[in-house]
Parts: sequence; structure tokens; C-alpha cells
Amino acid sequence: MEENLNKHSNISAADLDRLTKEASEEATPSSAKIVWNEFKADRPAFIALFIVVGFILFVMIASLFINTPKMMETNIMNYNISPGTNGYTLGADAGGRSIAQQLIVGSRNSIGIAIGLTIISSTFGICWGLISGYFSGYIDWGMQRVYDFMMMLPMTMMIIVLVTIIKNYNAVSLTLIFSIFYWEGTSRLIRSRTLSESEKDYVAASKTSGTSSLKIIFREIMPNISSLIIVDTTLSFAENIGVETGLSYLGFGLPIQTPSLGTLIANANDPNNITEYWWTWLPAALLIIVLCLSISYIGQVVRRSADASQRQGDAEQ
Amino acid sequence: MWKTVLRRIMIMIPEVIILSLLVFLLAKAMPGDPFTGSINPKSDPAQLHHLMEMNGLYDPWYQQYWNWVVHLFHGNLGNSYQYQEPVTRLIGSRAVNTIWLALLTTVLTYCFALPMGMFAAKHEGKLPDNIVRIYTYVTYSIPFFVVLVIGIWIFGYVLGWFPTTGSVSATANPGLPTAGSHLYHILLPSILGALFGTVNVVQYLRSEVIDAKRSDYVRTARSKGVPEKDIYKHHIFRNSLLPIAAFAGYSITGLLNGSIFTETVFSYPGMGLLFINSINYRDYTVITALVLIYGILNLLGTLLSDIILSIVDPRIRIE
Repeated sequence: MEENLNKHSNISAADLDRLTKEASEEATPSSAKIVWNEFKADRPAFIALFIVVGFILFVMIASLFINTPKMMETNIMNYNISPGTNGYTLGADAGGRSIAQQLIVGSRNSIGIAIGLTIISSTFGICWGLISGYFSGYIDWGMQRVYDFMMMLPMTMMIIVLVTIIKNYNAVSLTLIFSIFYWEGTSRLIRSRTLSESEKDYVAASKTSGTSSLKIIFREIMPNISSLIIVDTTLSFAENIGVETGLSYLGFGLPIQTPSLGTLIANANDPNNITEYWWTWLPAALLIIVLCLSISYIGQVVRRSADASQRQGDAEQ
Repeated sequence: MWKTVLRRIMIMIPEVIILSLLVFLLAKAMPGDPFTGSINPKSDPAQLHHLMEMNGLYDPWYQQYWNWVVHLFHGNLGNSYQYQEPVTRLIGSRAVNTIWLALLTTVLTYCFALPMGMFAAKHEGKLPDNIVRIYTYVTYSIPFFVVLVIGIWIFGYVLGWFPTTGSVSATANPGLPTAGSHLYHILLPSILGALFGTVNVVQYLRSEVIDAKRSDYVRTARSKGVPEKDIYKHHIFRNSLLPIAAFAGYSITGLLNGSIFTETVFSYPGMGLLFINSINYRDYTVITALVLIYGILNLLGTLLSDIILSIVDPRIRIE
């Protein structure tokens, strides 16, 4: 490539190097780089990112070494033993099951469902919003009525009813049930941005030159609102952790044999547990708080980097 | 204005019909029947059969749905199988509790959020603004049921300041003491709900006030020599308040969805707890009625907000 260039021009290799370097310095940094700079500039955000990524990795790996059915076996000798005894770091619950192990497996399940839910519901919501916003008119009107209808449904109740109907549900079917109800927020946000985006000149130009609608939507409009999509996805991830754990807490999320952070907190429903055996539920509650705070803080930082006027990372370049 | 409202109501009708059909079919699809719970080894299959027939549970679903709708328009939502009591009366008694809880939460939310939003906007970009921003971010991020559980643990059990179950103390005298006991029981959940539900109102009020601060009428007032305090009190706050009132409708929706958690944690006998109990007993009539009521209340809440907004902001109106 370099030799080829040299044949047709008389720029020396050293000059070429220098020019490339200069050009890359002057070019606008890529969005990944902007986000990274933003994290480097904001120490707490860096810590939050570290906590979240580190914790997810730890939980994924550690849960591989835990035999879940064996962990969930009742062991009456260890009834509610306090933390630090018999090798139970965080004590045991009323069935003599180790809280520490349940926390690890439970976090894996809860985070896994939250990730699945975020991916499915965001993808659907983004497509819905893009299509609805791009084809204004009857298509948009029809899609908006569906949206209105979904907004009217009492979500928690509908999920509980659906969960009771399905006999042998597992993590996958649970994620799908949640996804039915959690795409509206995303779709509304994306729709309003797409509406304003499709009035811009580049879309009109693309239409005149005969580009297909699908290509305009997904190859031209979507990249232009990608920062909004990233921000929304991060923030809804934090929310989705609350969705699954909340339903599991009520007893309509993951089945009892599958630990989740929500089922652990449900130990607090017993007035005995909540005061005397606090270790059965408090660690899970604190863990959820730390996780949700960290994730939505990361979301705030990503949002800031998407908005050039609020960036902090630029100054230190 | 009236056109907007009328049009919204026309759209609502098919929505409610679809919802009722959906709810009815879903309730029918639930496993077990309402009598499963009362079967014991001695019960006679023939009698059970008779019960099922009496209640029309063998009819085709569209027949059952039609009967249900006809009864609905007569104000009859059927009998609860679990409580052996008309559903309307059962829900009526529980709804009062839920409504009081929601009302107090809304009032307290505005009490906390309005000063916070004003304060943040007044000191835009400075320390108080940042503190309010961090506060709303923290309260918004934490799942609400975790807050409730920790709240009841600290204030209900450890400190013992608030009751942890029920809606009224059994020993309270009728009259004022009973009312006081009711209030005492909903105080903790309402305060928690209000403290952790401010984010929408605060952010909206803040941006409204910041917009108003730069508007012409404020500049006029300032150049006239109106004291800064009065500008905020009489000019900015009044103008920013009306759009905020519109949030009351939306907040009903949020509170209703949250009521299931609040009432479960505090064992508070409202509609949310009734729903959870009915699910466990497969009490179809109560489940369908509750989902329908919640759906309609959601619709009315949104409608209320939209009406207020269209009064305030003429751009939203349909011509």
C-alpha cells in the first residue's frame, strides 16, 4: 500500500507517517474514545464501571464452581446460623442454605435476566420507535394506538397473571414475559427523535435518490441516533434489575429452587427473619442498591459524553 | 379543547373492551378452578360438579364473557369465591385504603418536590443544584421495593416508630382515634413513597423555572424593581406550577403499580394485597375486576394529565 502510494506521488515515507499522525490527531475522536475519555475524567464513574464489570465477571465465573441443586438442599442442622460460623461466611437461611453461595448464583440469575430483558425489549422498542417515527401517517397512528393500549395495562398485574398461567416457566420464558411489557419507554423516546430526524435534509436527499425505506431507517437514521440508543439501553438495564428482583420478591419471578436476589430479599417477609436473622436478606438488598446505583451512574456518564456541551473529558485531552 | 377530550374518550372505549376480553381470557387460562382450595377427601365429586354448573363454569367462554359483561353493566362483578362476598363490596372496602395511601403519597411528594425543584432552579449550576441532582438520581435508581423493605426494617422493627402491618389498630376507639390510627399506618409507606418518587416533578419544575427565569416578563418585573423573592413567589412559581399539576394524573398510574409492592411489604389491606391473595386462591372474579379497575384508572389518570396539559399548552390541542 505504501509502496503503491510512493509510485504515484513523491511523498517520502517519513512525511506520510507524519501526515497520517497529524490527520488522526485533528480528526474528531470516535464515540468509543469519547466515552472512554469521559470515564477517565470522572473518577467515581471509573469506580462504578470497575464495580459493575468486576462483579458481573466474578459472579459468572464463581457460579460455575457452585453446585446449585446441592446448594439448595435443606440442611436443618445449620438453621439460620449466623455469619462466620461453620465456614458459612454470610450465615445460612432457615433451610440451612449458604447465603453467600445463594448471593453469587442469585446475582448471576438476576443479572442474566436483566441483560436478556434489556437486549430483547430495547431491540424491539428501538425498531418500533424507528418504524413508527419514520412512516408518519396511518402506520404511525396504528402503532401509537398499540402503544397507548400497552401503557394502559397494569404491568405488574399482567406479568403476575401471565406467570401463573404458564406452568413450567424458567428464566427464558420469564424474560420473554417481561419483555412484552417493557419496550414502551424506549419506543417512545426513539420515536420522538426519529420524527425530528426524518425531517432533516439528509433523509430527504436519500429518499429522492431512491434509497429503500429500510435502508434509510437502519443504515442512516439509526447511526445518527446511536448515542441516544446507548444511553437509553444503559439506563434501562439498571431499571430491569429492579423488575426481575421485584417480581421474584413477590413470589412471581424465578421459581423457589432458583435463587435470585429478589427471592433472597423475600426472606424479609418473615418478621422473625427481618430483625433477628438480618443476614438472610440484607446483603442481597445492599447488593441491589450498589449495582443499580453504579449502573445508572455509568448511564449518566454515557449520557454526558453523548452531549458535547456537558463533556468533562475533552478539557484534559 | 372539548374536541380533544371527546376524541380521547372515543379511543378509550375500544381499549377498555379489548382489555376486558384479554383479562377475562387470561383469568380463564389460569390453572385450577376456584373450588380447588375447598376440596377435601370427603367432598363429593357430584357436588363439585353441581357447583361448577351453578356458577356457569362449563359454558363456552364467549357465553361466560357475555354473561360477565351483562352483569358488569348491572353493577354486579360477581361473588368472590374466596371471601364469599360480592366483589364490588370487597373491592370497595379495599379501594378506600389504597386511595388514602395514594393521596397522602401524592400530597407528600409535592411537598418535598416543589421546594426542591424551586431551590435547584434558583441556584442553577451551583452546589444546591448538584445536591438535588444527586438526590434525585440516587432515589430514582434504587428499586422501590428494596427501599420499602429496608424502611420497614429500620423504622418499623428496629426503631419501632411505625406499625408494620394492617391499616388500623384493633384497639383504637371509634371516631378520631380510629382516623388517627389509619393515618399512622399509612404514614411510613407514604413518606418513603414521596421521598423516592420526587424525580419527575423536581426535574420538570426545575427546567420550567429555568426557562421562566430567562423570559421577558421576569426581566420586566426585575427592571421594575420587584424584589427577587416576590419574582419567584408571584411570577415564576405561579407560571411553572400548572404544568406540574398535570403530573398528578400520571403519578396515579405509577402509584397504582407500586401499590402492589407497598401493600405487600406493609401487609396493608388495599387492592394490591387483595390482588396477590386472589392470585394465590385463583379467585377469578376478583382478579378480572381488579385488573380492569387498574386499567381504567390508568386511562383516567393519563386522560386527566392530558386535559390539564392541553389547557396549559394550546399547542397540544387538536383543531
